[in-house]
Amino acid sequence: MTIQSIISQLGEGMLKTVMLFFSTLILALPLGLLVAFARMSKFHLFNKKFKPIRLLAQVFISIMRGTPLMLQIMVVYFGPYYLFGIKISASYQVYAAVIAFAVNYAAYFAEIYRGGIESMPKGQYEAAKILGFSKTQTFFRIIFPQVMKRILPSITNEVITLVKDTSLAFVIAYAEMFTMAKRIAAKETSMIPFVAAGIFYYIFNLAVAIVMNRIEKKMSYYK
Amino acid sequence: MKMLEAKNLKKSFGDNEVLKNISFDVNKGDVLAIIGPSGSGKSTLLRCITQLEKIDSGEIVICGDTLVKNNYDEIAEYVPKKERAAIARHLGLVFQNFNLFPHFSVLRNVTEAQRKVLGRNKETSEEIAMNLLKKMGLADKADAYPYQLSGGQQQRVSIARALALNPDILLFDEPTSALDPELTGEILKVIRELAEAKMTMIVVTHEMLFAKSVADRVIFMDKGYIIENGTPEEVFDKSVNERTKAFLAKY
Repeated sequence: MTIQSIISQLGEGMLKTVMLFFSTLILALPLGLLVAFARMSKFHLFNKKFKPIRLLAQVFISIMRGTPLMLQIMVVYFGPYYLFGIKISASYQVYAAVIAFAVNYAAYFAEIYRGGIESMPKGQYEAAKILGFSKTQTFFRIIFPQVMKRILPSITNEVITLVKDTSLAFVIAYAEMFTMAKRIAAKETSMIPFVAAGIFYYIFNLAVAIVMNRIEKKMSYYK
Repeated sequence: MKMLEAKNLKKSFGDNEVLKNISFDVNKGDVLAIIGPSGSGKSTLLRCITQLEKIDSGEIVICGDTLVKNNYDEIAEYVPKKERAAIARHLGLVFQNFNLFPHFSVLRNVTEAQRKVLGRNKETSEEIAMNLLKKMGLADKADAYPYQLSGGQQQRVSIARALALNPDILLFDEPTSALDPELTGEILKVIRELAEAKMTMIVVTHEMLFAKSVADRVIFMDKGYIIENGTPEEVFDKSVNERTKAFLAKY
């Protein structure tokens, strides 16, 4: 088997890996912000200490960070059948993978957002309030752009981890690149697919690092 | 005409009573200087007037509109949110540490609220901003970012930002405390010019000479009380109060 044919076989898997990567980001970045809001929610019931929304977010984050992502992918994929007896179709595979990744990464992003939002000086909120900005305007025009700049290095870290984590989708036999590499390697008793996989992940992450670096530079017009 | 009336203001943080029965008025075109030692409640008073803090009890009337007054239980009751927002539009506040928006250019710091809060268009808001920046001697800094400016320049931008919304009263919370003496002079000069233009202002300050020469009225606060309220001569030269004299002796 030639390297070319290995790569062409891996190609389809790469496409799926890239798709899984971008779908996860597109969903997890906004979802993480919502979870961060929930985590910081001041809504309380009965007395000032019982904050149900905050508690819910805390439990969610704790579980997402405290259990293996691989297990979470399995739960999302097999859960509907074992819990509710719903027959799962093969087309559910891709959704299960995207849902599991998005929800897991949202938990990590939420904590990064929270760290960034809480690091903002009170004076920015006060100045905005005095000038008459609404709460929404204050957040999206004044706070959030500054938060993004602050948290970008942490986000980059997560994004790079995500590239590599996509390989975990093999547990549900989702045919992303690593799953394909394993199949070909087993069939051909060859290391080459794994080497090719390693090179692919490395190049993918190099591209991610370059893009994130550009964004960081773009945001460095102020201090 | 009274621009601000404060009656029997009380404010506590937990067990710490910061404002104990504060009453005073500000007339149109007057400059009121509030002096006093750290922790006397000066900044809290300013923050209560500008709605950054809520009073526990008392009454505040701004430009004839009641912001808050006591209910039958002597507890402060604020008017609804919409009215509070409208009353806030009468006031501008300049902070000790400027609080400019670092991700906006100088020009956008001055135009953003005009556009998003007052709904002015781009051309009008930029014209107003450039005029104010010119007055502040910062026309050439319009495209700069706050981090590129000195403290004095940043504070002048923040004064322009406040003035751009045409406040009826401009409040200053220790506007020169974060600045060295040279830069302090820049800011005091701007406030002096505003005073000459008959802008109604309340200035919390540690600059006694400035308070004496620019203010129409001076309030001396200590431990949450107003100890003196009078003309600069009455407070600085003719006071017979021991605490006032002890405080002023340090300057």
